[in-house]
Amino acid sequence: MATQTILEVRDLTVELATRDGISPVIDGLSFEVGAGETLALVGESGCGKSMTALAVMGLVPHPIGRIAGGEIRFGSEDLVAVGEDRLRDIRGNDISMIFQEPMTSLNPVYSVGEQIAEVLRRHQGLNHKQARQHAVELLHAVGIPDAAARVSTYPHQMSGGQRQRVMIAMALACKPKILIADEPTTALDVTVQAQIFDLLRVLQRETGTAIVLITHDMGAVCELAERMMVMYAGRKVEEGTVDDVIANPRHPYTQGLISCVPHVTDDPSAERAPLVEISGIVPALRDFGADQCLFAARCRQVVARCAAERPVSNDFGSGHRVACWQAEVAS
Amino acid sequence: MQRVGYAAILLFAVLVLNFALMHLAPGDIADTIAGDMGGADAEVMAEIRRSYGLDLPVWEQLIKYLGGVLHFDLGYSFYFNMPVVTLLLERVPATLLLVVAAQILAISVGVLLGVIAARQPNGMASHVVTLIALFGFSAPVFWTGIMLLITFSLWVPIFPVAGMQDVTIDGNWFERMLDVGRHLVLPVITLASVFLALYSRLCRASMLEVLGSDYIRTARAKGLSTREVVVKHALKNALNPVVTLAGLQFSAVVSGAVLVETVFSWPGLGTLALQSIIARDTPTILGILFFSALVVVVANLLTDLVLRMIDPRIRSSDS
Repeated sequence: MATQTILEVRDLTVELATRDGISPVIDGLSFEVGAGETLALVGESGCGKSMTALAVMGLVPHPIGRIAGGEIRFGSEDLVAVGEDRLRDIRGNDISMIFQEPMTSLNPVYSVGEQIAEVLRRHQGLNHKQARQHAVELLHAVGIPDAAARVSTYPHQMSGGQRQRVMIAMALACKPKILIADEPTTALDVTVQAQIFDLLRVLQRETGTAIVLITHDMGAVCELAERMMVMYAGRKVEEGTVDDVIANPRHPYTQGLISCVPHVTDDPSAERAPLVEISGIVPALRDFGADQCLFAARCRQVVARCAAERPVSNDFGSGHRVACWQAEVAS
Repeated sequence: MQRVGYAAILLFAVLVLNFALMHLAPGDIADTIAGDMGGADAEVMAEIRRSYGLDLPVWEQLIKYLGGVLHFDLGYSFYFNMPVVTLLLERVPATLLLVVAAQILAISVGVLLGVIAARQPNGMASHVVTLIALFGFSAPVFWTGIMLLITFSLWVPIFPVAGMQDVTIDGNWFERMLDVGRHLVLPVITLASVFLALYSRLCRASMLEVLGSDYIRTARAKGLSTREVVVKHALKNALNPVVTLAGLQFSAVVSGAVLVETVFSWPGLGTLALQSIIARDTPTILGILFFSALVVVVANLLTDLVLRMIDPRIRSSDS
């Protein structure tokens, strides 16, 4: 890749203590994020997308979960090894995050201006007045009308879309190198979704921030991301440029995900191709560590080897990597 | 402003209801006086009643009483031989001092314990707080009081165990304040113990809920320090139920004060209430009841005010 790598995750393993014992909810995950690029993390609920984000932020829920192995290299540092103090300096400053639920992700008892200004005071050493002033500019930048007056309103006086704009303003306040967006539009209606994507695109151009977009919405992936990584049961199954993966998916799970998406046709009355579902369910957490392909039970192209060995990730050119024993055949 | 209007109507209703209740109860001041005199015939009883205006029809007495209240006149105490207002004003500061000090102690220590416990819900601190809460909550106020009284009168006599001031001290105002403060320690601890338990449990539960919410995750993701996350972002949200409860509990604290005052001979309304009930001193009892109602109403108004300060959603919901 031409761009410089700013985040490099190597063999990351996150374990979660459940009633059935300890499960690796992220299992040997490796990926890279280049400066200024947009990487989409795709997969169904519970596949470890959000946990990956929390691990990068150093916010794995304690004491239920812990990072059991691997490294997260950010610049010259390993975020797994640095202390909590250093992580606090990085969070919200170099790496920041926006969440799925704009309705509940803002503190109801502080004005939105204060919640933005707080980040600036914490990381940029601005005083109260400067931070407030900058918060107004940020609100303006994320498209809140009449920002100077809105800066002192409270979250409950805003709509969901506006609140997500405030979250974005807060996350981008310190011009971070990486913005992790965990399903930023899932809770919003479709027209607002499009506005938020536009906003993210514009702000990314201005700040050069790399975006890690966590989603299960293929439309969002195509619209925003350059590269994508498909996850299943805590493991990476396929990775590559969005164009490559969408046009030529090699992993049966990726193929299933893509064929699940309904298409708008030119002629609404025309016969459509039936929607294909991926039958079966995600394996139980206690089976996550097994040395086999975890998708085997649901796979239509399964062979004996799938249940016996963990698939190895192979490169099929230009960074298109697939972890499947049948990847050669599948294409 | 509307709330103040409601409060006035409420106080009026309380006055009428109390008055009616007192007159439904058998016995009056004449019985007490007759008892003290060692018996009296019907003629003397009627004379006593006439002199205190008790021979008038009840509704006429009520109107006279309500008219008086409007002029800050709560009637005349037959038993103590002085206007009820004067009598109350003498006793109210002592009770208010006790009640307010106990509430402040209970809320501040309760919230502190609650926060500490919520930080580590399965840790040692949490168990200790639960234990303290259980103890404070199950021990009756008078028992706690008597235990403290025994401890500090027999074994470690560092605090005075009765009364409000030491009559032998003749210093300046500061020394007298200090003296009252020393007398205050035991009654306040006794009265606060029950409510402290209540507030710490509630605060712990409320903090646990808030600490698990999305905006706390946001605050952490901003890189704020643990102290900022817990105190600034979590505690302000968790205080709402505690403040509400504290407002509701004000009346309970006042009635708890009656017991504590008796145990520690604190010269407040509680001891006065006891004396006047035994003496069938209707105007004094009514005055004390009226004052309690006033305290509750004022406490409720204050609660609303504080809640509006804490939570902007309450501010905008009624504007």
